[in-house]
Amino acid sequence: MNIELNALMFLIPSLFMFCCGIYGFITRRNMIAILISLELMLNSVDINFAVFNRFLFPGQLDGMFFSLFAIALAAAETAIAIAIIINAVRLSRDADVKDLSKMKF
Amino acid sequence: MESLIPVLILALPLAMFLILGLFGNYMSHKWAGIIGTTSMGVVMALCYFVAYQYFFSGAPEFVDADGNRLQFIVFNQDWLALYEKLVIRIGFLLDPISAMMLVVISTISFMVHLYSNGYMRDHHGVWEKGFQRFYAFLSLFSFSMLGLVVATNIFQMYIFWELVGASSYLLIGFYYTKPSAVSASKKAFIVTRFADLGFLIGILILSFYTGTFNFTDMTSAPVAGMDNVYQVGMAAGSIFQNPATMSFLGGSLLTTALILIFIGGMGKSAMMPLHIWLPDAMEGPTPVSALIHAATMVVAGVYLVARLFPLFMFNEANGGFALEFVTIVGAITAFYAAMVACTQLDIKRVLAFSTISQIAFMMVSLGVSREGYHENLGYMAGMFHLFTHAMFKALLFLGAGALIHAVGSNDYTAMHGLRKYMPITHITFLVGCLAIAGIIPFSGFFSKDEILTACFGNNIVAYVWMSLVAGLTAFYMFRLYYLIFWWKEHKVHEGHHAPHDQPWTMTLPLIILAVVATFAGFIPFGKLVTWNGEPYTIHINWTVASISLTIAVLAIALATIMYKKENPLPAKMKNAFPNLWRWCRNRFYWDELYMFITHKIIFNGICSPIAWFDRHIIDGTMDAFATVTNKASYAIRGLQSGKLQNYVLVYLIGALILGGGTVAIMFLFF
Amino acid sequence: MDQLGGQIVYVVVALAIMAFSVLAVTTRKILRSATFLLFALFATAVIYFMLDYQFLGGVQIAVYAGGIVVLFVFAIFLTSHPGDNSAKLTSRKELTGILAGLAMLIVCGWAFLDRCTTFAKAMPEMKNPDMSVIGNRLLSSGEGGYLLPFEAISVLLLACIIGGIVIARKRTND
Repeated sequence: MNIELNALMFLIPSLFMFCCGIYGFITRRNMIAILISLELMLNSVDINFAVFNRFLFPGQLDGMFFSLFAIALAAAETAIAIAIIINAVRLSRDADVKDLSKMKF
Repeated sequence: MESLIPVLILALPLAMFLILGLFGNYMSHKWAGIIGTTSMGVVMALCYFVAYQYFFSGAPEFVDADGNRLQFIVFNQDWLALYEKLVIRIGFLLDPISAMMLVVISTISFMVHLYSNGYMRDHHGVWEKGFQRFYAFLSLFSFSMLGLVVATNIFQMYIFWELVGASSYLLIGFYYTKPSAVSASKKAFIVTRFADLGFLIGILILSFYTGTFNFTDMTSAPVAGMDNVYQVGMAAGSIFQNPATMSFLGGSLLTTALILIFIGGMGKSAMMPLHIWLPDAMEGPTPVSALIHAATMVVAGVYLVARLFPLFMFNEANGGFALEFVTIVGAITAFYAAMVACTQLDIKRVLAFSTISQIAFMMVSLGVSREGYHENLGYMAGMFHLFTHAMFKALLFLGAGALIHAVGSNDYTAMHGLRKYMPITHITFLVGCLAIAGIIPFSGFFSKDEILTACFGNNIVAYVWMSLVAGLTAFYMFRLYYLIFWWKEHKVHEGHHAPHDQPWTMTLPLIILAVVATFAGFIPFGKLVTWNGEPYTIHINWTVASISLTIAVLAIALATIMYKKENPLPAKMKNAFPNLWRWCRNRFYWDELYMFITHKIIFNGICSPIAWFDRHIIDGTMDAFATVTNKASYAIRGLQSGKLQNYVLVYLIGALILGGGTVAIMFLFF
Repeated sequence: MDQLGGQIVYVVVALAIMAFSVLAVTTRKILRSATFLLFALFATAVIYFMLDYQFLGGVQIAVYAGGIVVLFVFAIFLTSHPGDNSAKLTSRKELTGILAGLAMLIVCGWAFLDRCTTFAKAMPEMKNPDMSVIGNRLLSSGEGGYLLPFEAISVLLLACIIGGIVIARKRTND
C-alpha cells in the first residue's frame, strides 16, 4: 500500500475536530469546557488554512499567515473570555453557562 | 450730506435696544429711563438736524434750481446679494415725506420716552415690573419705524415693516401675565401678518415685472449730473415697458400689485375689514398706544401709499382703479369707526376708533388726489393730516394715560367731572379735542380742511360723506371730553386720594404737544411736502372751510347739550335707535364675524378634518407600524432565551442551510 | 522508507487528533478535557510540521500549548474543583449535540467529496519558507506584506491585556 498524502487526508481529521467542537459547544455546561470546544474549532480552521495553502498555492504564504494571526487572535480571545468567566464565577459561584442568562429578553 | 448722522439715527436706537435689553436688569430703573430718554432725545436732535438740512439748507442735492425738492439717497448698502439682478439693500432715502416722518417719529417717541418715566410707576413711585424691558422695546420700535420711513427699497421697507409689527406685538403684550393683553397681542400679530401676506405677494409681483426693488427706480428719474439724486414723478411707471400687455390672473398687473400692497397697508393702518386688532391693542401701556397705535406705526400704511404714489398715479392714468379702491376703503372705514366711537365706554377705545377714522381720512385724501386738481392737493393734505394727527392724537392718548393713571380705570364712568382736579390735563385734552374737531386755528382745522377741499375737487359724494364723518368726529370727541371732565361731580371714594395732575415728566410732554397741536397748522406744508417736490402755496377754500367749521361747531353744540350736565337725553337717544346703538356699541359685530368665520367655518370645516386625517390616517399608519413591530417582537421574544447554546445552535442551523444549499447548487450545476 | 514513515506518522497523527478531540469534549472531568485539548493541539502542530510549516508548528506549540492551555489550567483551578465530575448530560441535549455535529460533518464532507478532484492531489514540492522570508513579509508594507494586520494585532493584544485586567479585577466598591 503506497498512497500519496493528499489534501483530503488532512481535511478529514480537521473536519472531525470541528464537529467535535460543535458537539462540545452545544452540550457542555461548564463555560471553560465550552471555551475548550471553541479552541478545537478554531484550531481546525487553522489547519484548513495551512492545508489549502500548502496544496493549492504552494509558492505563497498567505494561508500560513492567516493561521498565524488566527492563533494570536485565539490567544487574545481566550484571555478575555477567561477574564469574563472568572468575573461571572465570582457572581454566581459556579462556571455553569445557564447562569449566564442575563441576555434574556 | 455725510452719512454719519443718518447712520447714527438708525444705530442709536438699535444700540439702546441691545444695551437696555441685555444689560437693563443690571441698571436701576431710574437710570434705564434716563439713558433711554436721553438717547432718544439725541436721536430727535439728529432728526431735526437732518430735516432742517433737507428742507432749509437749499443744498443742490435737496432742491433743484426751480425750487423742486429732490430725493437723495444718503447711503445704500448691499445687504443680500442673491444674484447680480436681485440685490437687497439697506439704505437711507431722504425726501420730503421721509424727512417729515423723521421729525414726527422722533418727536413723538421722545415725548413718550419722557412721559413713560412718570407713567410706568404707581402713585407711590414704585416702578413697573419690566421697566427696562419696556424701554428696550420702545427703542426697538423707534429703530424699526425710522428704518421703515427711510427705506430706499420696498424690501427694506418690508423688513422694517415686520420689525415694527414685532415690536408692536411685544409692547401690546407687555403685561404678559394678563390674558387679555396676551390675546390682544396675538390678535394684532396674526391680523397684520395676514395682511402682510398680501403685501409680500404685491412686492413680489411688482418687483418681478419691474425688475427692481428700489423706490427711486419705480417712481423717480435720476437728476442729470448728480449721484444718488432723483426727481419724483417724472419717470413714474416708465419702468413698465408695456403696461397694457401685462396682466396677472386676468387683471391689470399694476392694479393687482398695488391693491395687494395696499392690503398690507390696510392691515397696519387698521382699515376695514382688518381693523379689528387696533381697539384690542389698547391693552398695551398707554404710552405705547400713543406712540405706536396712534401716531406712528398705524400711519405706515398711509406712508406706504404715499411712497408708491407715482405708481398709483400711473395706474390711474392707465385706467386702473387702485386709487378708487383706496378711497372707498378709506371712506367706509372712516364712517364706520366714527359711528362706533360714539358709543364706546373705554376712553382708550374711543381714541382707538378715532384713530382708525382719522387714518381713513388720510387714505381718502390720498385716494382722491389727482393731478388735475390743485396739483395733487390730496397728497399734500394727507401728509399734512398725518403730521398734525400724530401730534394731537399723541396728545390725546398721553392725556388719556394721565387720566387713567390718576383714576386707575379706563372707563369714563369712573371719571366724570375731573376738570377741577386735573387742570393741566383738562386744558391740554381740550386742545387735542379742538384740534381733532377741526376748529380754527387749531392744527386739525387746516389739515382737515385741505382734505375736504381735495375731496370736493374730486367727487362731491366723497366730500359730503367725509364732511359727515368730520361732524361725527367733533361730536364723539366732545362727548368723550364732557363725559370725562364734566357731566357730574367727581366722587372721591373713601380712602383714596383725590385725582391730581401727574408729575412733570408726564405733564411736560402734554404741554409741548398741546402747543404743537395748536400752532402746527400754520406750517406752510405745501412748500415742504408735495407729491413731486414742487412747492406751492396753500389757499384755504373758504367755502369748504366755513361749511366744515359750521358742521364742527354744530356737532360740538350738540355734544354740549347732551353731555355737559347729567341729563336723560343720551338715554333717550339710545332708546330712540336701540338697534343702531347696539350695533355701534358692539362694533357692528366684526369681531363676532371673525370669530364665526375662524371658529365655525375654518376650524370646523377645514382644520378639524385635517386634524382628523393627521391623527387617524397619518399617525395611524405610523402607529400601526409600531404596533405590528411590537406585537411581532412579543411573539418571537422566546428566541431571545439568554441561553448561549441555543443561539449557537440556531446560528449553526442557519450556517448549515446556507452551506448545504451552496454545496447542493455546486453539486448540481458545476 | 521516507514515504512510509510519513504515512505512519500521518495515521498516528490523524487518529490522535480525532481521538483527543472526541475525548476533550466528552470527558466529564474538566482538567482532563484541557489535557486532551493540549494533546490535540500537539497533534495539530505535527500536521504543520508535515506540511513543511515549521514556524507555524513552533508557534502552535509555543502559543497554544504553552500559553493558552496554561491559561485554561489556571482558570480551571480558579473556578472549579478539579476532581469533580460535571453533571451527566441529558439524553436530549446529547442528541442535539450529536445531530448538530453530524449535520456539519455531512454537509462539509459532502462538499469535500464533491470537490474530490480538486483536493485529491499529491502534495506539491515546496521550499521550506525560512525565517527571513517570514520576518520580511510580516514587517513589510509592500505587496504580500502583513505590516498592517501585524500592527492591528499588536494593538488588539494590548487592548486585550488591559481589558482582561479591567474585567477580571475585583471591584472594591461592590
